[in-house]
Amino acid sequence: MRVVIAEDSVLLREGLAGLLTRFGFEVVAAVGDAAALVAAVREHRPDLTVTDVRMPPGFTDEGLRAAVALRAADPDLAVVALSQYVQHSYAGELLASGQGRAIGYLLKDHIADVAEFVDKLRRVAEGGTVVDPEVVRQLMQRGRDPLGRLSAREREVLALIAEGHSNAAIARILILTEAGVGKHIGSVLTKLHLPVSDDTNRRVLAVLTYLRGQQ
Amino acid sequence: MTPGTTLLRAVLRPRFLASAWPWRGIAYAASTAAASGVLWLLLSGPAAPLVLAVEVLRPPRAAHHLLLAAVLGLVGVGLLALVGPGLALAVARVERWRLRLAGDGPAPFRHTGALGTDPATWRTGTLYTDPATWRAVAYLLLLAVVAPVWGAVLALIALLVVSTPLSVHHHVVNLHSPGTAVGRTLLGLALIPVLLYLAAAFGGAHAALARLLLCAEPDPAAAELVEVARSRARLADAFDAERRRIERDLHDVAQQRLVSLTMQLGLAKLDLPPDSPAAAAVASAHEQAKVLMVELRDLVRGISPRTLRELGLRAAVEELAAGSPLRVRVDADAGRFTPTVETVAFAAVSEALANAVKHATATEAVVSARRSGGRLTVQVRDDGCGGADPARGTGITGLADRAAAAGGRLLMSSPAGGPTILRVELPCAS
Repeated sequence: MRVVIAEDSVLLREGLAGLLTRFGFEVVAAVGDAAALVAAVREHRPDLTVTDVRMPPGFTDEGLRAAVALRAADPDLAVVALSQYVQHSYAGELLASGQGRAIGYLLKDHIADVAEFVDKLRRVAEGGTVVDPEVVRQLMQRGRDPLGRLSAREREVLALIAEGHSNAAIARILILTEAGVGKHIGSVLTKLHLPVSDDTNRRVLAVLTYLRGQQ
Repeated sequence: MTPGTTLLRAVLRPRFLASAWPWRGIAYAASTAAASGVLWLLLSGPAAPLVLAVEVLRPPRAAHHLLLAAVLGLVGVGLLALVGPGLALAVARVERWRLRLAGDGPAPFRHTGALGTDPATWRTGTLYTDPATWRAVAYLLLLAVVAPVWGAVLALIALLVVSTPLSVHHHVVNLHSPGTAVGRTLLGLALIPVLLYLAAAFGGAHAALARLLLCAEPDPAAAELVEVARSRARLADAFDAERRRIERDLHDVAQQRLVSLTMQLGLAKLDLPPDSPAAAAVASAHEQAKVLMVELRDLVRGISPRTLRELGLRAAVEELAAGSPLRVRVDADAGRFTPTVETVAFAAVSEALANAVKHATATEAVVSARRSGGRLTVQVRDDGCGGADPARGTGITGLADRAAAAGGRLLMSSPAGGPTILRVELPCAS
């Protein structure tokens, strides 16, 4: 799997490249700013792009802007944005691009759990959606009455849906049968008046949109 | 402030005539005459109805003449009232500039009322109520009525001086009276210093009055207070800039290195046999590094929130609310404010929410931020137990100081039993 990495900190960039190489990715380019990222993606057409949100020259959201622009040109481009903090405005903008397919928004903290991090990258590269658990936790915290009607287990299921997990993955994490998970999911979506859909990505977007509207 | 030399003081000096002051006196007197002339031209429009009214009232007059004169008079007075103050302030600007001819000292201008020196900020209401406006109108009368009188006296003397050669020529050639010619010559010569002294004296007196009416003497204490307030605001801003620098340094260096380090530990953990002693040590180091990442992130965010700088107050407050254990409803106007206003407003919300969690055992809070009438009002209300005492901690006191430095104020109400309401009002250009 061919990857382009954009990260302005040399140490972290080299570290990420080493990590991904070790797990069998082919790092075709590792660059330090947004302009180089755009150029590298156009040149290599990678299977996955991993970019820092904050990069030179302005150190605000250059990486994210570049990612959104690249996805506007090519909605199938798989992108994972890495951020030091949860910034809901940025996360929302990125996740909304390309109907939520092949997109990830992760805190840099989660690079530390290397195996899980690599697993998340693979899921995005395969067209999945990955939302940082911290984003979901914050979104669920501001929720109001409808969320209060969910059972504890249903809330767990909702969080995992929002993070982009498939039914099978949720079943594995919660140690349930897939049929049991399917029942929970149906119940959650019904209680929140959301359309019941088997498409994981659509489901993530619907749940996130719902949670974001809950303030 | 030490007053510089003025025309009026220079006249009294023994070596007056040998200095440049006579020429400055002449220049000031001549330009006063010109200014007076221009002023009359400008006034002729609005004053025309009044002149017409006087004409109408000349005998023989009938009853309808009185009515017409009254209407014309009213229109004239109205026009003068309408354009007078604005004209007076415009003239005052020119005259303050011209005062430099009549004195070396600075001619500072300080409105005692709400008007600034920038005409763009004047509003009609303050224009008519500001004492400075009416002092400028008084000066307008001085320039229009009194200045022509002394100007005429000076002009007469100047005419006598200038016409001396012609007059002497006339006496010698036509009248053959050399005695008178000598007398006329002496008179012309004698009048030169008289003219110079009188021009300086009249001009100096006019300038002194102008200074009195147009340039309020700045109160040294007030000037000092303004400077103190400015330096306080500068200190607060410098403090904010320093926090932003620390945040940037921590983010760019420490946080990236820590992420990298934690990742390496995570990798090392993978390669170690799970039951080896090293695996346990590395796993422990990995966990500690992860905790440190979270702690460092919270610390850095506390120092200077990025979202506030990049996306503004509403986005930053919404994120703060999302991260708070309370259920927080945010009702904030969009739009950006100056960095100082945003920083102080955000600090207030952050402090209020933190206090609500720590001391008030609240479960809900409502944050509002509204801009109206050049003022941003931020309010945080929680459902906690109240009884907050600003004197107990430095947080609220520090916030009040920051608000005051930004030209605003902080209000807090926290009766025992709750609710606690914290409000910050900050001036912002609307």
